[in-house]
Amino acid sequence: MGKTGKRSIHRRAFVKGIGGVAMVAAVAGFPAIVRARNTGPIRIGVSAIMSGRVAQMGSSSTNGAIMRVDAFNTSGGLNGRMIELIIRDSKGRPDEAARINRDFINRDDCDMILSLEASTGAFAVQEVVRELGTLCMHCLSETSSLTADPKLRTPNAFRSGRQGAHDAISAGSYAASIAKEKSLKKWMTVGPNYAYGHDTTEQFLNYLNHFSPDIELGSQLWPKIFQPDYTDVINKILQEKPDAVFTCLWGGDLSSFIEQGNLYGLFDQAQYFCIALADYTTMAAVKHLPSGIHSGNRYVSTFPGSATNAAWEAEYVRQFNSRPTNWSWEAALGMQFLIEGIRKTGSSDGNEIAGVLPGMIVNSPFGVDGTITMRAEDQTIVEYGTGWGVTQSTEPFMPNVTPTDWKLIYELEAAWKKEQGYI
Amino acid sequence: MDFSSLIGCVSSASCMVTQSLSGLTIGMLLFLVASGLSLIFGVLKITNFAHGSFYMLGAYFALTVYQVTNNYFLAVCGAALGVGLFGVLFERFLIRRIYGSNVLMQLLLSYAVILILDDIVMLVWGSEFQSMGMPDLFRVPPIRFAGAYIPVFYLFLIVAAFAIAGGLWFLIEKTRFGKVVRAAAHNGEMAAALGINTSLLYSFTLGLGGVLAGLAGGLAAPVRSLVPGMGMSILIESFIVTVIGGMGSIVGAFVSAIVIGLTRSFGGIVMPEFTDGLMFLVMVIVLIVKPTGLFSKGRD
Repeated sequence: MGKTGKRSIHRRAFVKGIGGVAMVAAVAGFPAIVRARNTGPIRIGVSAIMSGRVAQMGSSSTNGAIMRVDAFNTSGGLNGRMIELIIRDSKGRPDEAARINRDFINRDDCDMILSLEASTGAFAVQEVVRELGTLCMHCLSETSSLTADPKLRTPNAFRSGRQGAHDAISAGSYAASIAKEKSLKKWMTVGPNYAYGHDTTEQFLNYLNHFSPDIELGSQLWPKIFQPDYTDVINKILQEKPDAVFTCLWGGDLSSFIEQGNLYGLFDQAQYFCIALADYTTMAAVKHLPSGIHSGNRYVSTFPGSATNAAWEAEYVRQFNSRPTNWSWEAALGMQFLIEGIRKTGSSDGNEIAGVLPGMIVNSPFGVDGTITMRAEDQTIVEYGTGWGVTQSTEPFMPNVTPTDWKLIYELEAAWKKEQGYI
Repeated sequence: MDFSSLIGCVSSASCMVTQSLSGLTIGMLLFLVASGLSLIFGVLKITNFAHGSFYMLGAYFALTVYQVTNNYFLAVCGAALGVGLFGVLFERFLIRRIYGSNVLMQLLLSYAVILILDDIVMLVWGSEFQSMGMPDLFRVPPIRFAGAYIPVFYLFLIVAAFAIAGGLWFLIEKTRFGKVVRAAAHNGEMAAALGINTSLLYSFTLGLGGVLAGLAGGLAAPVRSLVPGMGMSILIESFIVTVIGGMGSIVGAFVSAIVIGLTRSFGGIVMPEFTDGLMFLVMVIVLIVKPTGLFSKGRD
């Protein structure tokens, strides 16, 4: 008993001692920490897919962010405070993305997060930043619900990437106009067999039907993601002989489909609408790009056709010896919004910056009229350049893009949100 | 399930030609990879899970040689020789250390090699996908036969794969070297006791497996995107082929590759979303009927 009591006193003394040390540290150390945060580098955690089959997503998007940060730091930073990017590989796994972002906040003391995750990772990151309240800019997730759904939205998370809903309206209206012009009645679709493929195809068909209700839908084909051989898909198209084919295949899958389709003269036999072709890494990688394929713009330096856009591409190529992707401009824009927020508030405090981002307009080479707005109501970008054009087999691959009218996008997006119960 | 389309296809000459040709094309590429896998297992009793990465290396080697020489035939030969050499080094420095180990050790070693090779490919050729493009020789309109479109390159690919299969059969069945290989496959220790240099034979066997995978990679490169990790999907299909044909049987690999190719092409008409499932279904049926595979000489 006595021993126990003696031990108990020791424990109390120990706890008191620790408490005292902690108080002293808090009083003496806290201002030091605050000073460090006001004088040290501005830390931004960047989680990206840097390995595996879509490593290009991580490498090209981080390049876009690095360009912006270098320009900021070269210009003197925020009163001498430089931005330090802490880049980590999430390997495309949502659980890893969540863990990395928790570490950014809890261990690395990051001031804010730049999420370069695909949609599945972005949703995981969204839950982390909702819980911890850290400012986050999602750059690459194109799933509309991330910011459109009020249940998912959080005041400290924004999106600087294009949206599936916007692209679907753009694609549907453009395809319907070509369908009317060329009397394209019988359609087929080819999409990768996962959520993105099914959602994008469904949304496209909704708007195609909206603008052109008399189309007939034939087979819908769903090859697996990263499928190496598309012969079965090509044969089915050859059998059905549609007037038009819509596909949301992308990257290497789209390249394989085109290279294999070329062997059959596939692209001479129908009109093809590829939502994700117009990115240089795909158009330049396909060695024999057929002329006359319709595609939505991902990133092309000819649209918006401004000198600033061409100059941005040239600078990117100079720095990284490769061409920018759609992901590059989305990340560059996300970083630009964060930097503008830092400059406007004169602080690296995420809460303060989150307060100035809604409604912010920035000058941007990617804006349809030279500016892009962070729409306040759903914390996502609008007025970026979105449109469709036709490929040619040589540079610049897509010389002209027909921009989609943002008034039309706003009108149909509002109807879609109402339908989904978001507003 | 769209059986009416299948009936429509079977009764249409153009569809039959198109689908049969597609099946043969898919099957022949699978055969080249699976035959190497089967050969290595037959002689070394090692399941080379890294064999898909050999195919990937072949495709990248072919791309580089093609970019330098602009000669597709040199590119395919370069791929075969490059991966063959890699196979020899793989046996000498890695596989040799785990002979007699359990499958788990083989899996660990092979998987480590898969990850390392994927990263090396990413470092050397970049993380973005690459495309070789169709060589000028084959950039011609498809041949029309019985109303079907027949790509000239696919005809070349099938003929080349048949020629390689014939050569391989001749090598294994009709030459002294083939006898040695078969002897070592039957009983390696006895073969060694009779004076056969099994150490050299094992290196050569992995080299030959590498040559076959390299040929497959080189032949596939003009029509498939090259990307780090591309070997994984063909590895799974190749395993199905070797299991159906019988582990260690080259003839089995040949027949089952054609069966799998035709299953994919005709099955895609009936159940386009279940073509992978159909392959596994065929494998399950074979395993129930003949657990050691169709052409295995082992006891069921």
